[in-house]
Amino acid sequence: MDFTVLTRLNLARRSRVPVVLVRNLEQGTDRVITEDEDLGGALGEAILQSFRSGQSLLVEVDGDRLFLNVQLPPPHMVIIGAVHISQALAQMALLAGFNVRIVDPRTAFATPDRFPGIELAADWPADVLKERPLDARTALVALTHDPKIDDFPIANAIRSGCFYVGALGSRKTHASRIERLQADGLSKDDVSRVRAPIGLNIGAAGPAEIAVAILAEVIQSLRLRDISSPTKIIT
Amino acid sequence: MKVKPGISTASLMPSEISDPLVTAEIWKKGGREVAIATVIETWGSAPRPVGSHLVIDRDGNFEGSVSGGCVEGAVIAEAIDIISDGKAKLLEFGVSDETAWRVGLSCGGRISVHVERLD
Repeated sequence: MDFTVLTRLNLARRSRVPVVLVRNLEQGTDRVITEDEDLGGALGEAILQSFRSGQSLLVEVDGDRLFLNVQLPPPHMVIIGAVHISQALAQMALLAGFNVRIVDPRTAFATPDRFPGIELAADWPADVLKERPLDARTALVALTHDPKIDDFPIANAIRSGCFYVGALGSRKTHASRIERLQADGLSKDDVSRVRAPIGLNIGAAGPAEIAVAILAEVIQSLRLRDISSPTKIIT
Repeated sequence: MKVKPGISTASLMPSEISDPLVTAEIWKKGGREVAIATVIETWGSAPRPVGSHLVIDRDGNFEGSVSGGCVEGAVIAEAIDIISDGKAKLLEFGVSDETAWRVGLSCGGRISVHVERLD
């Protein structure tokens, strides 16, 4: 591989642009194709398919064997609440390859001292999410159990088709949350997408173990989702 | 990770530090000779998915993986040769035969690994 090809590839990856490296195994040549380029024909179709599925694969085009190595930008995790669990979860999610952002209007909680190296927004979720909207590549984790802070981003995440929506709180807390979300105009089906109690049931005790349970549930949703039928977006 | 002056890893995210393609770029910029190995096909049970990378320098330092540690040794040895002669190569690994000490995958799968020099 030529070094300029590698730097172009890494630049696209760093800029979070979906990109495919096309290696011609017969001729030993490489091409970097970004998502906005449409090559057309059989190769264009194969590249489109790999962007959609996120799967790298070997294809044969005009008698040449080509390896399409697709690189999709990492998923995002938006954590509502700069709480104790978030301190562990943010670091773990970063290590697992997520882009992590924490939102909490309580300035005493959202401090760089408590979250070194993590992107923080000490502001109301409604304002923050207007600036940078949620999308299908984002997991929303609500951890304040304060309806004033959590409810808006949870409803917003459902409407934006986030691949994961989870909320901390007991069954009782969640039952009243469901009522509020339905009063806000969401259907029973929509609301059932919220994972609560949050996290896989591994008997987690303490903030770090609960963070493991949450991250495992988020990864499960990401990897086992049905790519042929994306989560619906409610407009 | 050895880093030459002028190239900082401080601005990288923790998840990028173990990103083999980023490592390859940093190593090459730092004057090291580098080969990139990529899993391009798998059959049956395989420890790492298609598209996984292992990058290797002339001294055998490496970052990333193409299997769960089963065939990395053999890939690294081949990569050092490929750094010398510059010819890309396709390596195939099948089931290991422990009695014959043959390199392979104990999980029973097969993988095809493409190795090339970064020029």
